[in-house]
Amino acid sequence: MKKPIALAIKWVLIAVALLGILYIATKLAAAGNVMAVVLAGLVGMGVLAVYATKRSVPLKYLVPGLLFMILFQLWPVLYTASLSVTNYGDGHLYSKEESVTDIIAQSVREVPDTPRYKMSVAIAEGGDPATADLVLLLTKPDGSTYVGDNAGLKPLPPTGVEKTPVGKITKAPGYTILTAKQANARSKDLSAIAVPTSDGGGIKPVGLSEAFEGKATVTYDSAADQLTDAATAPPSVYAPKDAKWVNVADPTQSFPQGWKENIGLANYSRIFTDSTIRSGFISIFIWNIAFAILSVLTTFLLGMLIALLFNDPRLRGKAFYRSLLILPYALPGFVTALVWKGMFNQDYGIINQTLGISVDWLGTPGGAKAAILITNLWLGFPYMFIVCTGALQSIPQDVREAATIDGANAFRTLRSIIMPLLFVAVGPLLLASFAFNFNNFGLIYLLTKGGPFNGADTSIGSSDLLITYAFRLAFSGSAPNYGFAAAVSVIIFLLVALMSIPGFRRTKALEEVN
Amino acid sequence: MSAPVPTDPRLDHRLEVETGEHVDHAPSPKRPGVGGQVWWRHALGILALMWALFPILFIYSAATNPSGTLNTASLWPSGFSTKNFTDLFNDSSRPFWTWYKNSLTISFVGALGAVFLGACAAFAFSRLRFKGRRGGMMFLLLTTFFPALLAIVATYIIFAAIGDVLPALGLNTVTGLILAYLGGALGANVWLLKGYFDTVPRELDEAAIVDGASHARIFFTMTLRLVMPILVTVFMLVFVGLYGEFMLASVFLTDVENQTLGVGLYGMTLGNDANTLFGRFTAGALLGSIPVMLLYLAFQRQLVGGLTTGSVK
Repeated sequence: MKKPIALAIKWVLIAVALLGILYIATKLAAAGNVMAVVLAGLVGMGVLAVYATKRSVPLKYLVPGLLFMILFQLWPVLYTASLSVTNYGDGHLYSKEESVTDIIAQSVREVPDTPRYKMSVAIAEGGDPATADLVLLLTKPDGSTYVGDNAGLKPLPPTGVEKTPVGKITKAPGYTILTAKQANARSKDLSAIAVPTSDGGGIKPVGLSEAFEGKATVTYDSAADQLTDAATAPPSVYAPKDAKWVNVADPTQSFPQGWKENIGLANYSRIFTDSTIRSGFISIFIWNIAFAILSVLTTFLLGMLIALLFNDPRLRGKAFYRSLLILPYALPGFVTALVWKGMFNQDYGIINQTLGISVDWLGTPGGAKAAILITNLWLGFPYMFIVCTGALQSIPQDVREAATIDGANAFRTLRSIIMPLLFVAVGPLLLASFAFNFNNFGLIYLLTKGGPFNGADTSIGSSDLLITYAFRLAFSGSAPNYGFAAAVSVIIFLLVALMSIPGFRRTKALEEVN
Repeated sequence: MSAPVPTDPRLDHRLEVETGEHVDHAPSPKRPGVGGQVWWRHALGILALMWALFPILFIYSAATNPSGTLNTASLWPSGFSTKNFTDLFNDSSRPFWTWYKNSLTISFVGALGAVFLGACAAFAFSRLRFKGRRGGMMFLLLTTFFPALLAIVATYIIFAAIGDVLPALGLNTVTGLILAYLGGALGANVWLLKGYFDTVPRELDEAAIVDGASHARIFFTMTLRLVMPILVTVFMLVFVGLYGEFMLASVFLTDVENQTLGVGLYGMTLGNDANTLFGRFTAGALLGSIPVMLLYLAFQRQLVGGLTTGSVK
């Protein structure tokens, strides 16, 4: 009974989806990722099975959302758990084999009397000159041309290649050659390039237009699983220890390139046994709970008081008040946090100037915590005001009248009739608000960044939440430790899960209604 | 005002509702103070307004402050100048309008996608009967208790890997960030949507099925129209949420050209810039707040309804 147009649209959409998956699969195949190609194939077959047949109508509606959820929400969560038992992080980003290859390539020293290459710094065509992976376009003294990067050296077909009289390549199909200025801006990346050659040596850039071929001073003995560096006299021997290559004679020496390895529960035991981390973790946790509870309490109290204030049928202009009171909630969160950060400035901020005080709001632990709570009160009370207004309006008028007839005064009515009914209505929302504030990253990060940092361990800030702490471990330090950050994240997961069990039970009861 | 003077405030209210005009009555000599009981509510209400509005007044004053620094900013406007705005627009290292465009694109596309994915799933959960329906709903609720932001390290690494294969969808792209946001499109939204879908009578579906309509026809041409109010509400909530999102955006978008308003403006409050660029920052913050403020004021009724439906059953 379908219209032909609808049928046509359906098949066009199926075809587009399959072509998209095919395109992704070819890209994955080019990158050599077999597992991902198989997965893409399975997804494609699934799409065909669900949408091309008349079976399983519910899946037709669930697949799009589920696909996104599995890819970008469930998979990251599982991946976090798997990362938490590794040492993945700065210095441990690659496999052991890659670390050996990299160390050998980095140890290349110029062999005397070998020819130098003319070199141009380039990127794959279409990339961003500031960030794309660099490649070296090389010309041997005999005129033959090559492309090299950290993976190895490949011949560059001469068709379409243009060179200066001295042999420097100025144009090559498929590549964009960087200008001297662009290349200079990437000098840090450039110095990290060492093109491995087949005879165990490597090609490294000298300046921006020449490269030399050299021999590696480090050799790998796979039988003994040792690296030997011949550059020192006597040659120093490096053996694997704690996922790094450590000098056997002098254990303080090691290569910066380590490898990723499974370390079991070491990250977790570090949280609970390392005394600075443990005490820091506990103090963060206490403040985290206190922050969430105080935030809910203060915003709810203020919101409820204002709602009660306006809960009088005689009051005029309620819509006007409400429109203006909602404004703090309507400002984007980042604006609020950043503006309050300016207002809390000790020297220039209007809060100190207006009140004539000189409180170091953001520089002392107590001041920072007070500043955070005040900002969150301003940010959050309109929500509670709206919610309480709605709940108050839903309390039937006859209940109050009955209370008045029974002789209850206004305060008694409020305490014994209105408040209990209000709590029944807004209870679940208070729990949700607690859960939200428990992980309120944006506010803390934008206002104090978790600081000030003046405790025993400078990695632990006095206004840190667990989530800002985990974030800093992973992204802000000079030596990111993804594995440890993942372990902290898993602990937060467990804490949130434990605390949300009561809330979950409550909603389970609600679900019976449906 | 020819109506008799009522002393019962509730009658006042009823009259107001019925006649549409405010009933003004002189204080009765027998019960002094009844009419005067409202003034303290107004007084406290004005106090509440002052608390709610003084930072907004400060943003306006700082944005129009001719000197444009934090130490010269004051609560009351000290002269009007558009210098901060022109400085902001002409700063080539901080492309304000590009940030604005990125923020609007991400929030709009992300919210549209979330509404579509959520509406599809809600239709299945509300209208179709299948094994695992209840389990699925409970699972979605469970995922909302675990903020996906905690998996940010893994999300970052996954998108770095995606970027190696498909640069257009990887880190530092607006599309990649939208995809990451869409991972959280189900969850709480589906619960909100399903609740509303359930209020549309099933008899309508049944009549359409008798008339020979397919499930797709029912969904696209009938159900989606009937549930438009909740679609608007969810769109707005997601839009506002994505517009203000900072954590994922700051990790994803490293190039100044790809950043959102939140990430870009944050960069103007670091170190010395916090003082010298404060005027420009507040000018940007003021302009950046406009879309969300307009949405709130325009959809205030839906918003209040949407926020309170969860509480008032």
